[in-house]
Amino acid sequence: MLETPLPGVTELPGVTNLLSVTDLTLGVKRSNSSTVIVDSVSFDVATGDRFGIVGESGSGKSMTLRAIANLLPVGVQVMSGSIRYNGQELVGMNRGKRRGLMGPEIAMIFQEPMTALNPVMRVGEQIAEGPRRHLGLSRKAAMDLAVSMMGRTGIPDPARRALAYPHELSGGLRQRIMIAMAISCRPKLILCDEPTTALDVTVQRQVLRLLEELCDDFGASLVFVTHDLAVVNQTCRNLAVMYAGRMVETGRVKDVFRDPRHPYTKGLLDSAPDFDQPHRPLIPIPGFPANLANRPNACAFAPRCPFVRDHCLEESPPLAPVEPGRDAACFYSDEIFKKVTV
Amino acid sequence: MTTPTAVLAGYQAKRRAVRPRSRKPWYKNGSLVAGMTIVGLLVLMAVLAPVIAPYDPIQQDLTATLQSPSAAHWLGTDKFGRDVLSRLIWGARVNLRIGFLAVLIPFVFGSVLGGIAGYFGGWIDAIIMRIVDVFFAFPFYVMVIALVFILGAGEASIYLAIAAVSWVSYAKIVRGEVLVAKKQDYVVGARLGGMSHTRVLVRHIGPNVLSQAIIYGMSDIVMDIMAVVTLGYLGLGIAPPTAEWGSMILDGQEFITTLWQQATIPGLIVVVTSLGVSWLGDGLSDLLSPDRRK
Amino acid sequence: MSSRLNFIPARLLQAIPVVFGVTLLVFFMAHLLPGDPAIAMLGDKATEERIAALRTQLGLDQPIWVQYGIFLAHLGQANLGDSLTYGRPVTELVLRAVPVTLSLVLFALVLSMVIGIPLAGLAATRPNGVNDLAVRTYTLVGQGMPQFWVGIMLILFLSLKLRLFPVGGYGSNITDHVYYLFVPALTLAIALSPTLIRSLRSSTINVLGSEYIATARSKGSGGVALFRQHVLRNAIIPTVSILGVNLGYLMGGSIIIEKVFALPGLGSLMLNAIFSRDFPTIQGVTLFVALFVVLIGILTDVVYTLLDPRVNFGSKERE
Repeated sequence: MLETPLPGVTELPGVTNLLSVTDLTLGVKRSNSSTVIVDSVSFDVATGDRFGIVGESGSGKSMTLRAIANLLPVGVQVMSGSIRYNGQELVGMNRGKRRGLMGPEIAMIFQEPMTALNPVMRVGEQIAEGPRRHLGLSRKAAMDLAVSMMGRTGIPDPARRALAYPHELSGGLRQRIMIAMAISCRPKLILCDEPTTALDVTVQRQVLRLLEELCDDFGASLVFVTHDLAVVNQTCRNLAVMYAGRMVETGRVKDVFRDPRHPYTKGLLDSAPDFDQPHRPLIPIPGFPANLANRPNACAFAPRCPFVRDHCLEESPPLAPVEPGRDAACFYSDEIFKKVTV
Repeated sequence: MTTPTAVLAGYQAKRRAVRPRSRKPWYKNGSLVAGMTIVGLLVLMAVLAPVIAPYDPIQQDLTATLQSPSAAHWLGTDKFGRDVLSRLIWGARVNLRIGFLAVLIPFVFGSVLGGIAGYFGGWIDAIIMRIVDVFFAFPFYVMVIALVFILGAGEASIYLAIAAVSWVSYAKIVRGEVLVAKKQDYVVGARLGGMSHTRVLVRHIGPNVLSQAIIYGMSDIVMDIMAVVTLGYLGLGIAPPTAEWGSMILDGQEFITTLWQQATIPGLIVVVTSLGVSWLGDGLSDLLSPDRRK
Repeated sequence: MSSRLNFIPARLLQAIPVVFGVTLLVFFMAHLLPGDPAIAMLGDKATEERIAALRTQLGLDQPIWVQYGIFLAHLGQANLGDSLTYGRPVTELVLRAVPVTLSLVLFALVLSMVIGIPLAGLAATRPNGVNDLAVRTYTLVGQGMPQFWVGIMLILFLSLKLRLFPVGGYGSNITDHVYYLFVPALTLAIALSPTLIRSLRSSTINVLGSEYIATARSKGSGGVALFRQHVLRNAIIPTVSILGVNLGYLMGGSIIIEKVFALPGLGSLMLNAIFSRDFPTIQGVTLFVALFVVLIGILTDVVYTLLDPRVNFGSKERE
């Protein structure tokens, strides 16, 4: 519910969103054809907001994140669209300038901390790397900062642990190291790619709480990509739902969960276990995730949608407002859902 | 996991693995074609030497020594007046023959020992591997040179010396492959079904494992050709006056300032030969085990 | 950290049977020579008294294992016999030649890394691209050229045509040595670099695909800094083992190079001994080189352990 930016956060006049993604399209270009992986995705993240992107594997949510972080794998390119961070256009930005942003402005936390940490470097040094590069700290000063960050993320005995190698630490500790690394230069935007998926449930909660605390303390915004609805529910304020590379619904988490406006979102919620209603049957979504290679001009979800009509197979529905602050990509959203919620 | 279904799955997997599964036909495999062409041409040159060489390679003509390339002698003559081009052509016979034949003994001996070591394991493996370590400690050329000294010069010594040194690589490779293959379901299944050790080794493990040894064998051929040429250069190889590329380079080195071709061209031919065999090996590797990354 | 190096004593112990095997093999070299070992060993210096003396000294009338024992006892005293050609103890000749060969090999190792690391990095950044194809061609050609021929070609161009370097020899002081060793070391480096490049290229490609490189990039690392701090540190590890194995081959190659460039190292010693039928020297050099290779094997394991903190030889059986 943050309408005004936190004190101490600078921004250009007239710009209220820290991150603004507009019609971002990512694809793989081959010699005579190209496959679109992410199709015209748009969303905004305000300062201090916690924004979740939900979807199945292959929905394109990780790619979207990587595009923002300039970490697209070889072969995947931004085909069109814009990514504006603090008013600056990231797409096509000069390489050196772009690298300068990564660390002090934008940071990323990865899913699997074992493979995401350099196995031959001590963890303290890895955390200290960013501050040394971006803040110009000396080796000792950067190390001290790393140790304090480690303490901040709840790692016991940080001074000793800083000398350890990644394989000597548990999964939970490694993820805290990743978090310490991400926040070391006090970024304003933290991108998380399924940071808790590889962790035990108990550790998950701790890590999520830690992330929330840190965001509040530093005034940072969070973009959180996951397939786990419970995590989104706990951590995020706003969310977007992605399917087959397209964004199908956006809005506040509470609203969307209570009252989804897209058949896919509803399907997701119905098929997820809910502790508050333990006896509610789990209804799976029939069929398989869409094949990104064949993209007919139709609604991507149509083959699996229980409410499908003829028009759905002829045209792809744009992401359009169904209420102030809520968008859905379904021609018949109002008919299907406003009927249900009276 | 040794249920009948597993065994059946294993047999099917094995059949798929042994049959070449390259994505494109052999004649489109660049390396293979290039390799076959070069090696083919060289072998042809060697076989047809009596026909295509303009002169007798060992015939001396002391009135026409150390001549520059001319119409009569395309590459000039060496210090005994012998035609360099003819010696080059005839030299292919010696170098290619020894290079190709020298891999046979180490291949057989090393593969058998490596297979036994890997398959039976235990103390047999330990002993064989210690022996391998001992031989491995002797650098290739040190050993070859020492052995040629002991056994005396001549072609047989070269074969023996090379064999004594290079069998270890085959042993290591085959042992490694057998260790992996041993654990596959189809082998366990075969043994459970009552097959004897020999049968399992020969019919099941053998084909898969040997393909790796063959691929290594190709690079070993390159090494052996190199060894023959080097021994020739050191004066330890095939005795003069037989034409051989290494000794030609030795002869040519004396006059390198004036007749640089005589030292350079034989070397170039060795390079071309090695390239051809290497490409052949690469092509074979694609054919025999297309899933393996180099 | 030092606890991971605890495997060294065990490793040395493991090497002992190999060392024994090596000495056994070298011992039997004498008995493989045709005819009476004493006569063969004395060559054309053989006189009745000398033969008799040598027979007693080596215990040639005794059972074979006693002879082996005597051989080992001599080894323990660093006594490798006397050279037939020079009349000096073989040990002395070997020790005098070792620095030359060692400098050559080390210099070659350094040069091959100077050549190989950038090329491997270049090839790995865009596999199957133009650079990669060029580097792979270099690798293929490099492996196909006889080492001594490369040496001769380099002499032709650098020393004779361009007159930048001497044609051969070793020089008399340290700076001279470096100067004279450059072209020989370069020759060996060209021979070694293909192996280095193949291995490093492959492991660099693997490393570049890892998540932690993405992490490093997410911290703003890039270009040369990324390569140096993150990529190389990881990619070099498997290459170290391969280099260790090939160092033995390199020592063998140095024999030939020493002949091409007239360097007074172990190789020249060995070759001259062959031509003058100086058997004790041949035996001595062979033994020394083999033991050195075993030592290199152990050193390689040590370096590997130092480079990769995950490795722990002491805890479980390798292989």
